[in-house]
Amino acid sequence: MSTPTLYGLCAAVLIGFGVYGLIVNPQPLRKILAFNVVGSGVFLLFGAIARRGAAAGFGGDPVPQALLITGIVVAFSATALAVALLLRLHDEAGSVTLASDVPPAVPPAVAPDSDAK
Amino acid sequence: MIGWLDAGPVVLILALGVWTVLARDTFAAAVGFIAYGLLLTLAWVRLSGVDVALTEAAIGGGLTGALLIGAATRLRTTEAAARAETPGPFTKVLAALVAALVAAALALCVLALPDPAPTLAPEVAANIAVTEVGNPITAVLLAFRAMDTLLEAIVLLFALIGVWSLAPDRAWGGRPGPRQYADPNGILAYVARVLPPIGIIVGMYIFWVGADHPGGKFQGATIIAAMWLLTIMAGLTDAPPIGRTWLRVGLVAGPLVFIAIGIVGAISAGAFLAYPDGFAKPLIIAIELALMPSLALILALMLAGAPQRMESE
Repeated sequence: MSTPTLYGLCAAVLIGFGVYGLIVNPQPLRKILAFNVVGSGVFLLFGAIARRGAAAGFGGDPVPQALLITGIVVAFSATALAVALLLRLHDEAGSVTLASDVPPAVPPAVAPDSDAK
Repeated sequence: MIGWLDAGPVVLILALGVWTVLARDTFAAAVGFIAYGLLLTLAWVRLSGVDVALTEAAIGGGLTGALLIGAATRLRTTEAAARAETPGPFTKVLAALVAALVAAALALCVLALPDPAPTLAPEVAANIAVTEVGNPITAVLLAFRAMDTLLEAIVLLFALIGVWSLAPDRAWGGRPGPRQYADPNGILAYVARVLPPIGIIVGMYIFWVGADHPGGKFQGATIIAAMWLLTIMAGLTDAPPIGRTWLRVGLVAGPLVFIAIGIVGAISAGAFLAYPDGFAKPLIIAIELALMPSLALILALMLAGAPQRMESE
């Protein structure tokens, strides 16, 4: 088995781990973490494919590698936005549950900073 | 034939992937994720993607890890309640089944990839001389696929605006995060004084060398952003209020220069983001020089989060 194939299979397993975590972990922050594991698996799979495209003296196909750099940076910005949403939910509601049938610990209707000054 | 150089990282990456997903404590999972990101950089080096390895170490492991650790610390009080919502064994078995199916399908695809693999490398090699840069990744990012990079910079800016818009009304225009205090004679304050000069030089070097060797503006900007965040965390300086004009000008300057050069290309070279003959390298450097400070500001402020207090607090 070649090196790109090995890392490609590793990436497939990582995506599987991430999907499991995404479904099973009830905490939103853990879901964000699991989503990042899925994302890194997708990147690694893409990287293995880029490595297979090595030609013309390059160690890998530079086009997918450049897209990977873009992808990693965009994944970070999406994670930052998700975390900011989660922290705001925590500040407003006092809990971060995603369950629809559990009432939040503090009623969100009278959050302290809901009135604009 | 698989050598130990590949088998070792793969086993460790898979083990840390399991840890990140299954660890009981979210903080421990986030720490595991950082180690996981650093090990992935080894995989990237083995896959001949040194530029990607640098990005993964700086952004995938470093910045994302720091962001998740900060969030895990703030959400620690909610852990016990969330744990009570863990689904029962039936859901877990079903989830494991779905995950295994996804992984198996992808593994089959990996084994069935076409041979010889399709590649754009010869075309990059044939056209790289026109751009006068030596690093093929930089040539793709700023010449062949410059549109992607422009849109990426704009995505980052929009994500930062999204993060800011989550501020409570009373804190709008204020400073992100709580004011940090650290022992002025402690090790954190000491490191925050000694490391930034070195870090800034390393960041500038990685940025500058990116034209011809692995490196570039994203990796360099991340290192410089990290140095800034270090001085903020050590209490040596405070995060800037997001209402400041210099800050907002700095944030949009990079993308605006990029767009302006794109429009100049539309007039003088016949296509948006096309470079006139002989001016490719100077224009690429101009874009990178303009983008780097904006990227450093955006990345650092995205990690700092939404504003929480007014200037005087």
